[in-house]
Amino acid sequence: MNMIVCVKQVIDPETPAASFKIDPEAKKAVASKDKGMVISPFDENAVEAAMKVKDAAGGDGKVMILSMGGDSAKDVIKHSLAMGGDEGYKLTDPAFDDSDAYATAATIAEAIKKIGDYDIIFCGRQEGDWDAGQVGSGIAEILGIPSVTPIQKIEVSDGKATVERVLADGYETIEVPLPLLVTVSNEIGEPRYATLKGIMAAAKKQVTNWSSADVTPAQARSQMLKIYIPVHEGKCEFVEGETVEEAGANLAAKLREAKLI
Amino acid sequence: MAETKGVFIVGEVVEGKLAAVSTELLGIGRKLANDLGQELAAVLIGSGVGDLANEAISFGADKVYVIDNPMFADYTTDGYALAMEKLNAEVAPEIILMAQTFTGMDLSPRLAFKLGAATILDCVDLAIEDGKLQKTKPVYGGNAVAVYVSETKPQMATIRAKAFEPLAQDTSRSGEVVNFDPGLDASVIRQKVTGKVKEEVEGIKLEDAEVVVCGGRGLGSSEAFGDLQELAKLMGGAVGASRPPCDSGWIPTNAQIGLTGKMVAPNVYIGIALSGSSQHQAGMSGSKNIIAINKDPEANIFGIAHYGVVGDYKKVLPAFKEKCQELLGK
Repeated sequence: MNMIVCVKQVIDPETPAASFKIDPEAKKAVASKDKGMVISPFDENAVEAAMKVKDAAGGDGKVMILSMGGDSAKDVIKHSLAMGGDEGYKLTDPAFDDSDAYATAATIAEAIKKIGDYDIIFCGRQEGDWDAGQVGSGIAEILGIPSVTPIQKIEVSDGKATVERVLADGYETIEVPLPLLVTVSNEIGEPRYATLKGIMAAAKKQVTNWSSADVTPAQARSQMLKIYIPVHEGKCEFVEGETVEEAGANLAAKLREAKLI
Repeated sequence: MAETKGVFIVGEVVEGKLAAVSTELLGIGRKLANDLGQELAAVLIGSGVGDLANEAISFGADKVYVIDNPMFADYTTDGYALAMEKLNAEVAPEIILMAQTFTGMDLSPRLAFKLGAATILDCVDLAIEDGKLQKTKPVYGGNAVAVYVSETKPQMATIRAKAFEPLAQDTSRSGEVVNFDPGLDASVIRQKVTGKVKEEVEGIKLEDAEVVVCGGRGLGSSEAFGDLQELAKLMGGAVGASRPPCDSGWIPTNAQIGLTGKMVAPNVYIGIALSGSSQHQAGMSGSKNIIAINKDPEANIFGIAHYGVVGDYKKVLPAFKEKCQELLGK
């Protein structure tokens, strides 16, 4: 069982709003050097999904971690290898930078074709920066394989997968042949911690670096005209009291005054 | 490239009726069609959905394409994408819009890539500018907003629920209904739906509640959510959560309010021990009166709250609840 997990390094989505800034020239958020860059949360869930499949097969199978990004993307590959991934592939080149969903999916699909053998491709349901939510489906369409998005569970047997696809108020079970691409949602379960043992093992695992000499860059199909931080008008009225308990009671009184209770 | 014309919306059927978000699609679709001087068409795909064509017309469609076949009874990526590909080849629409539902967010990207086009998901604004569709969507979890365009055709997007208004329903409107057969064999569909599990919510549905009491990471346990249930009951509301409590298993995931969860816009929203990350705010910023209780005065949630108390919820909440009980005479 060969599995590929696509992971992206993003600005920490938990960056407090007060520190969040946009560079209007570069048309993206300002990263505070390399601090505050993390693995995109749903991509971490995708690694977890692949590891669950590997665990269910008694540890059989190979989990390959692929990341397209700047040089520091090696950190999210390392983190994923520490979670239990077996080998990494890093796609770095200025020609890959600032790709839209199409260019990203096309470049990654070509890298996957170069890797060759795969049974399941895992992606996060949407990336923690652009929230485009398309790259997984795009990779599958380019490769001509079926996709199911987003999933909360996957089991494999006899060359096919049984997945649970998340719905608004529940889920549906779907059977689909391999090879398959799935995008993963947080309902899959909390990603396992990278143990110290895992981190040390990761240091010895193979990471292949590819550039535009190895994988042809693709042309974007969407252009971003502008990006801005919406201005919020309005102020919070802080309700106080002699004690914190009194503040609570005063809050209820204030809401009654405003006819909200 | 063939000349493209017409604004298409892909409608969805929920419990035998046109989904509310589909009427919203027709609302914005009508405006875009008017701005372009083109027709608005609705596409209904399913099994036994033909009866809803007139409802789509009453909400603004000039034409309805009905793709009705038992093979489309369940939504599948392959079935619906291939059917839309055939329709697109036949009619060449200028714009194809869908809703940001689990169907739309799966179908729109797959179809865009299949057609050599580009889509943008979860748009909160759409406009025609210089003849092109400008698509506005929240990014960075909702911290920022970006505007996109594309040169490729058809121009595609999905809309966020409640971002647009439907037209007033007019049952006297007339339109054309076209039955379209994509000529597909069921064997082309690789996804086989074998079952559906509905996770019923007790009491009022979050999306319909006028009062929402929402708990965050600071609650620390599933027992703490019991206190929120009591408060919600007292105020006639429903209980929701940000993502961390759901991930920790303190409350079912269908309670998650946020960018990838439920979207709510109640009259009263009370956020308790939650920081108010942008992803969570994306799901509740439309709430009319936002109240927050958090021991951190710098918590993001206070940036959008109308009323707030800085303090440990374990002390604030009981006093708040007691006073509410008194005021409500309960």
